[in-house]
Amino acid sequence: MYTSLTNRRSFIKKMAIMSAMTAAATMFPGILFAEEQEEKLPKGGNLDWKKAPCRFCGVGCGVLVGVENGKAVAVKGDPKSPVNKGLCCVKGYHSVMSIYGKDRLTKPLVKKNGKYVETSMKEALDLIASKMKTTIKDHGKDAVSIYGSGQWTIPDGYVASKLFKGCIGTNNVEANARLCMASAVTGFLTSFGLDEPMGCYEDIDHADVFILWGNNMAEMHPVLFSRLLDQRLKRGVKIIDFATRTTRTSMAADKSIIFQPQTDLAVANAICYEIIKNGWVNKSFVEKHCSFNKGLTNMGYGLEDKYKFKDKPEKIDFEAYKTFLEDYTPEKVERISGVSAKDIKYMAAYYGDPNKKVMSLWCMGMNQHTRGTWINNLVYNIHLLTGKISTPGNSPFSLTGQPSACGTVREVGTLTHKLPHGVVMKKEHREHAAKIWDVPVENIDPKPTYHTVEMFRALDRGDIKFMWIQVTNPMVTMPKLKRYRDACKKEGRFIVVSDIYPTPTTDIADVILPSAMWIEREGMYGNSERRTQYFEQMIQPSGEAMSDTWQIVEVAKRLGYEKQFYYKEETHIEEIYNEYRRHHEGKKHAMAPLEVLKTQPGAQWPYVDGKSTKWRFNSEYDPACSNGEKFHFYGKPDGKAVIWQRPYEPAPEVPDKDYPFWLCTGRVIEHWHTGSMTRRIPVLHKAMPHAYVELNPEEAKQMQIRTGDSVKLTTKRGEIILPASVNERGVPEKGQVFVPFFDENMLINDITLDAFCPISKQPDYKKCSVKVEKV
Amino acid sequence: MPIKSYLAHPHNGKKEILTKAINALEHCEVIPAENENLLIVVTETDNKEQEDLLKEKIENIESLKLLAMVSGFNTK
Repeated sequence: MYTSLTNRRSFIKKMAIMSAMTAAATMFPGILFAEEQEEKLPKGGNLDWKKAPCRFCGVGCGVLVGVENGKAVAVKGDPKSPVNKGLCCVKGYHSVMSIYGKDRLTKPLVKKNGKYVETSMKEALDLIASKMKTTIKDHGKDAVSIYGSGQWTIPDGYVASKLFKGCIGTNNVEANARLCMASAVTGFLTSFGLDEPMGCYEDIDHADVFILWGNNMAEMHPVLFSRLLDQRLKRGVKIIDFATRTTRTSMAADKSIIFQPQTDLAVANAICYEIIKNGWVNKSFVEKHCSFNKGLTNMGYGLEDKYKFKDKPEKIDFEAYKTFLEDYTPEKVERISGVSAKDIKYMAAYYGDPNKKVMSLWCMGMNQHTRGTWINNLVYNIHLLTGKISTPGNSPFSLTGQPSACGTVREVGTLTHKLPHGVVMKKEHREHAAKIWDVPVENIDPKPTYHTVEMFRALDRGDIKFMWIQVTNPMVTMPKLKRYRDACKKEGRFIVVSDIYPTPTTDIADVILPSAMWIEREGMYGNSERRTQYFEQMIQPSGEAMSDTWQIVEVAKRLGYEKQFYYKEETHIEEIYNEYRRHHEGKKHAMAPLEVLKTQPGAQWPYVDGKSTKWRFNSEYDPACSNGEKFHFYGKPDGKAVIWQRPYEPAPEVPDKDYPFWLCTGRVIEHWHTGSMTRRIPVLHKAMPHAYVELNPEEAKQMQIRTGDSVKLTTKRGEIILPASVNERGVPEKGQVFVPFFDENMLINDITLDAFCPISKQPDYKKCSVKVEKV
Repeated sequence: MPIKSYLAHPHNGKKEILTKAINALEHCEVIPAENENLLIVVTETDNKEQEDLLKEKIENIESLKLLAMVSGFNTK
């Protein structure tokens, strides 16, 4: 295909306009430009446009990738996608540039005498299989492990689970979604018995009020946030930002309410207190569809090795729950949380108003929390008490951070306790999986082994000797990082890392495998609203890069599992997906056929009789409801959702005289997680070249710190020096600082705490105590 | 042959004046936001020297508060 220079310049000019419009939208959410200008944006030219879900976040925007002469050269939002309706964020628009960084890994590397030596893919795969065999022979099956990702495609995670759980017989399978979504999962399971949101993004088009719980949606989910802003322009909806720090979301919201870290637990209970006190309980809904439980308290925080906790749910009645809430009057909670009783009542009144449809949205603020399961339960309580659930616009909605945290980690089940359908602890679930996997049921161990933090602790102790890490960068993201970095370097450990670029994690590898990225291979992702989306291979992989799926298949064959890994190279994705669908057969979780996914921008499970299910547990929309009532919470044996009595408990490490500030960490709009891809996109890297520490402006003035000054942060785990940011993007409250974690040259996780929620085992990256000094 | 895009922030109440002033310059295209105090400016010049000179001209416009580059491409 020939493209004239004039055409190319015109196209580039349009791309420059698009970049500027995107940047403007991130600074001024809801900004509008004249339609005729937007119409000038690239519409095709000589490019071949192919559909895919975006590579980056869990929103799962549909994108069209422009391919020219075998190279991906442009991206635009897919107007047919019901997720983003043609919009894209700044990362999405630039996503294809992350394929072509100068330092792409193109050949396998093996560490010999301390230096990496290029080798062939065959030899590298032979070496990995051989190391796995000898490790299992010498130390047992639980000495080998795989650590994957919410960026794994569905086939990647499926073959990993089949090999390790079904064939080798170890439950040493974990994924980085443990660090971002585990509390959402345990929240769903404890309240409803089934994972993932009952509603969908279409709720945005129906809700009257949006309450964002610790969720900087303007930066982290900008496309969905722009849908909220669009509804405000069209229908005058209200947006309330309930957070610990002032962000772009706060600035764009109708009301910003700030709370002290960890006290969201108390505020949620106070809202329930108000709902009951004012007679706003939807009595018929609660009587028909809810039960009440309490669990254990004072669970600890998982700070010690081999920490174990198992909750003991106990049935209670409405009166006992009502009595419990008397400790959470708005006036009492005001003293703990810093939120005025008036503001608590303000939020409660929206939830309680029968004429207002309310959507609650959250992500890391509630999930990365030492009481993450509890706070998820408590927000569900609010929606259950008022009956505002599973109907268009009434929706407690847990957003995800990664493109397939739901599709791969939660649905395929790449966590130690999970199977594609159900859990390893249940005999019938093991039998179901073993039959499809064609392995003896005895192969599947009924006991879970290690969750993520404990898996790295086991590596440190030497209980695990071999770890294969795919599509993730734990040497940037693990809390209390230094311990785990040192663990990986210990004698007698063998680490394989599959990735597309060099990272701090490839630095600790014994073997580095170059992976095919996103549209260099075929696959599927599953987003936050239960939508499975397919993408074809559009371009050739770089060098000898191979898909993560096929890397695992090749090693499985070398380990002697040819029968189970029968797939043909040219058709393996289709074969794997068809096999995977069998695990989820039935009205509660049926997945759409591949031919459907190929022709439309995804489908939402349960996919029954050729239709996606938009609202689960509501008999009007969900064919799995069978109790003859309007609602059926069929995940629980009694068909009822659970309202949980969960108290407020403080964080494990709170500011004191030696470490007087709270340290909160998080993301920025320009960079995807650890920046390994987005820092190789010049526009994004220039826009946000390095990490920083945000300080409260008054405190910065008192400490004589100005933007750009060097600031030392010290915790009980270590210290780090960062440039200050004052009155720039975000503004922390007094006594708090914020640091983004994307910068591998300024590893904030060296000083964070590895405390976690005892139920979900998800670490809390939002709270530990820190000393702040100008240097 | 550089192509660059910028966000231009006008002083309060000066958006229209700034739009006119930049539109009057050669090698510039302006796209004003409809509902915010912000303009997108795209420049298309023959070489770096011309680009630098143009940027200097824009920065000297009185109604301009801040000019921030978003993306830059070179099509040579």
